[in-house]
Amino acid sequence: MKISLHQIAHARSGDKGTHSNVGLMFTSQELYEWAKINISTSVVKQHFKSIAKGEILRYEMDNLLALNFILGDSLGGGGSESLINDAQGKTHGQALLLMEVDLPDNLSQFVSSK
Amino acid sequence: MSNIIRIGNGQGFWGDSIDAPVRLAKDGPLDYLTLDYLAEVTLSIMQRQKLKNPNTGYARDFLDLVERILPEISDKGVKVITNAGGVNPQSCRSELIQLAKNSGKEIKIGVIQGDDIFPTLTELRKKGVSFENMDTGADFDSIIDKVYSANVYINSSTISEALDKGAQIVLAGRVSDPGLALGPCIYEFGWKDQDYDLLAAGTLAGHIAECGAQCTGGNYSRWQDVPKLADVGYPIIEMQPSGKFCITKHENSGGLISRETIGEQVLYEMGDPSHYISPDVCVDFTSFNINDLGGNKVSISNVAGLPPTDSYKVSISYFAGYKASGQLTVSGPNAYEKAQLTAKIIWKRLKNAGVTFEDTSTEYLGLSSCHGEINAIPSQINEVVLRLGVKDSDKNKVNRFGKELAPVITSGPPGITGFSGGRPKAQEIIAYWPALIPKTLVHTSVDVV
Repeated sequence: MKISLHQIAHARSGDKGTHSNVGLMFTSQELYEWAKINISTSVVKQHFKSIAKGEILRYEMDNLLALNFILGDSLGGGGSESLINDAQGKTHGQALLLMEVDLPDNLSQFVSSK
Repeated sequence: MSNIIRIGNGQGFWGDSIDAPVRLAKDGPLDYLTLDYLAEVTLSIMQRQKLKNPNTGYARDFLDLVERILPEISDKGVKVITNAGGVNPQSCRSELIQLAKNSGKEIKIGVIQGDDIFPTLTELRKKGVSFENMDTGADFDSIIDKVYSANVYINSSTISEALDKGAQIVLAGRVSDPGLALGPCIYEFGWKDQDYDLLAAGTLAGHIAECGAQCTGGNYSRWQDVPKLADVGYPIIEMQPSGKFCITKHENSGGLISRETIGEQVLYEMGDPSHYISPDVCVDFTSFNINDLGGNKVSISNVAGLPPTDSYKVSISYFAGYKASGQLTVSGPNAYEKAQLTAKIIWKRLKNAGVTFEDTSTEYLGLSSCHGEINAIPSQINEVVLRLGVKDSDKNKVNRFGKELAPVITSGPPGITGFSGGRPKAQEIIAYWPALIPKTLVHTSVDVV
């Protein structure tokens, strides 16, 4: 089934110098295991191609059922030097939740209608 | 040794709610109130205030707060830990002592010093500290003449020392944000420098609470599920001597504490989660167990820590030129196309006048400023805000930009409004330069009066 990530995940983002980070957290082990395979750095790089100019890094946090992404060079220079509206990447978490994914039907029980 | 201490954080940044810390202190049991007033470039603003007036250079908002919670501090024994001292904790203390005296109270105030290395930068350079930019590797010589401030993120045992000397308010400058919560844990439970797991637990607790309501339902992905956000309660850490802790909030306050609201905040501004480096310890954020106890209470245990590094982080700020930005609202049929034409006209007029910039930005608020091309732009929109920005070392050029926005209302496409704030003026850019310094070269001091 086609869904938007916001129906199965939580996200929060902030700045790390000239990069931003997006933490993506799941509410079930099953969704997290699916995400570890399917929400790769290349998928995220493609999603953020108009925002992140640099490398994408990914860290796994099994204890939180979360993936932490670093979006390289995504803040127009970052900090007070940046001219862009979201110079701290505050909204990048919400941007990741806009991603459309194809979720296997056996995980449909975890999908929120909100 | 205490059993459980309750540490509430009432201020996530300078400019956060002025009522939240008052409610934390008055609306329920609390042992410690922590308050973070410093952002990365706040200290540079304070350093410059101090240059103009040697009695300034700290967060004045803090004085207003203490005035409101003086009975809780002096009579109920709530202790306050804050970085509001900025670059002049001594003057801040003098004001506070006077303020308490005026109310017939006497309070003991500790001051932590040694984080402000701005006056000794040259000396430290001679001792071999490169201050090279730890993110980019850039040479410090490129900014050395433009430095406004330099502060070391010092360790949290300084806070413990001040409490040990009887301080009811601890005034620091640049201690680490999570350290404001870790300091009282070290003091109350006698945690040692080598108790890495315990220091890691205190640091994680401080990290979760440091942004105030951002762990109690604010900025939360499932915002529809958060009750009474208008009355949101700020976080309270219930720390045990073993390093096991709960995050909760005062009863009857709004907001939500759950595995998910806490988990989201754990992820905030996270780099490599297995190596979160603080002045006190290196925390492994992949180590702990999190357990939602229900009733707005989440428990965290088994946090693992590793030895700290042998250097402190230094937060340096410097002058990096000027910038300005301005906005125009464009409405009606084909609003986006008209906004694009408007931008083109303004940039062309500036170019015709011989004015170009080191950097410019053109954004369409309401369409793509936050999320770029992730979502397609709708074919029909009611209105869009055009936001233009420039950056340059030449202040005159930046101010010249500000004069080119208003004319387009009568000399551009139709339906443009929203230019009410006057001409955008050049603002100084105070940029951030992170560096490292060997711990052996940093000398802190604590005194309580």
